[in-house]
Amino acid sequence: MIRTLIASFVKRKVLAVQEFSLLLVSSLRHLFSPPRYIVDTLIQADVIGFGSLPIVLLVGFFTGGVLALQSYRTLSTFGEVGLLGQVVALSIVRELGPVLTALMVAGRNSSGIASEIGSMLVSEQIDAMRALGTDPLRKLVSPRLYATTLTLPLLTILGDFFGLLGGYFISVSTVHLSSEVYWTSAYKALTLQDVTQGLIKPFFFAIVISLVGCYSGLHTKGGTEGVGRATTQAMVVASVLILILDFFITKFLIGIRFF
Amino acid sequence: MSSAPAIETRNVSLAFDEKQVLRDVSIRLGTAETLVLLGVTGSGKSVLLKLLMGLLKPDSGRVLVEGRDITPLEESDLRPVRRRMGIVFQEGALFDSLSVHENVAYGLREAGRTDEEGIARLVREVLQFVAMEDAIEKMPSELSGGMQRRVSVARAIVTQPAIMLYDSPTAGLDPITSHTIIILIAKLRDMQQVSSVVVTQRVQDAFVLANFVYSPDQQDLIPAAGKAAPPPHAATRFLVLRDGEVYFQGTPDEFVRSQDTYLREFLA
Repeated sequence: MIRTLIASFVKRKVLAVQEFSLLLVSSLRHLFSPPRYIVDTLIQADVIGFGSLPIVLLVGFFTGGVLALQSYRTLSTFGEVGLLGQVVALSIVRELGPVLTALMVAGRNSSGIASEIGSMLVSEQIDAMRALGTDPLRKLVSPRLYATTLTLPLLTILGDFFGLLGGYFISVSTVHLSSEVYWTSAYKALTLQDVTQGLIKPFFFAIVISLVGCYSGLHTKGGTEGVGRATTQAMVVASVLILILDFFITKFLIGIRFF
Repeated sequence: MSSAPAIETRNVSLAFDEKQVLRDVSIRLGTAETLVLLGVTGSGKSVLLKLLMGLLKPDSGRVLVEGRDITPLEESDLRPVRRRMGIVFQEGALFDSLSVHENVAYGLREAGRTDEEGIARLVREVLQFVAMEDAIEKMPSELSGGMQRRVSVARAIVTQPAIMLYDSPTAGLDPITSHTIIILIAKLRDMQQVSSVVVTQRVQDAFVLANFVYSPDQQDLIPAAGKAAPPPHAATRFLVLRDGEVYFQGTPDEFVRSQDTYLREFLA
């Protein structure tokens, strides 16, 4: 009985990985053949990218601020408060910026995508699309993938900048550090590898955010209750996968001596 | 006109997980004929309808549309077949982010049409056919259930399909609105000789389709008895599904005359 349950569980998870991989491959393949739903991609870029901007900037700003506050306490014991800019810059650009931006976008959009596509599935709109000659993966999944991949790195850059601004605001107003010291230490600390690492991660996170949402939506079962479950599942799975992926990407980049 | 039947299934079976939904089902719909699928909830009617359009694949057996076996076809190969068919889903399945105009125009755009004037003209024509031209700029959320069903019919017929599939088109509607939908189905059948498969739980709708014809002069249904043209019930067949199997297949008269206790329950 237990062996059957475990076998059934493992089979379901392996099937999910297979279907997710096929979804990724077909979505990428659609880029190379028509029809390409450019208008849908632009609409999704607006919803996912521009729509997430306020929350990304807010989270970035306060993350930078709290990082500066917490770091100040430690740095002041060593008399190295002047390194505050460096600490904030390296932490935000390498790690916190990409990860927190991705988590915010995942929370907002993975669930939204799952909800939208799941609702379409239970109300037979996906079947109607197929009946009218549309490939639902090409129409619904690919635009969301492309839009997230295009906008997440841009959101990360803006989130990083606002993180540095938040750190600057605390450094100047609370710690009474001079602007020149803060920005100079931030600028000098950052290398091309730091910035590149911080911008490589968003591409992988974008795939997770969009495809987890689409996958959850396309596999919704059980009517409106199922849509609710798919929405929650999408956000949780996307968030966990982002954190796991972040670990392995960082480990890989260290392993190849990227920095 | 092709001599092959419009739609045919040969011993199709389908199961979802452990549940056998359809078992060894064989049906045949001739050109310009109407097949009414009757059965209780869970008997497999909607699943069979989706099989006919290739939206589901059978576990065994064959589905043929106009003589062509669509069972092994991939999605991209099914598109030219689906252009010959239209389907009206149970709740309409209108795209809720598109207006009525864009919903109806959807199939035309997907078929490759880009001339906006031609698209607009065809959309207006089919909306006039279903008496919904005033709602052309409305969103689906602004429409009642019956209105959504009529727009769904318009969306399905705009590409002039030869075969129409209706999944419980009157489900959840009041009697007056239901009658409006049945009039539309009969109008399509009688004016455009469309082959139809109608899934319904309402036997009265089935008998209306079998015994009445559409009158363009009166814009309503009139009894078919005594009319010069062949009455619709000569080209109407009933098929009753029970637990995924074909329980009865025959003419309306055979259905009425049957002494089978299960079939008598439909007439009660």
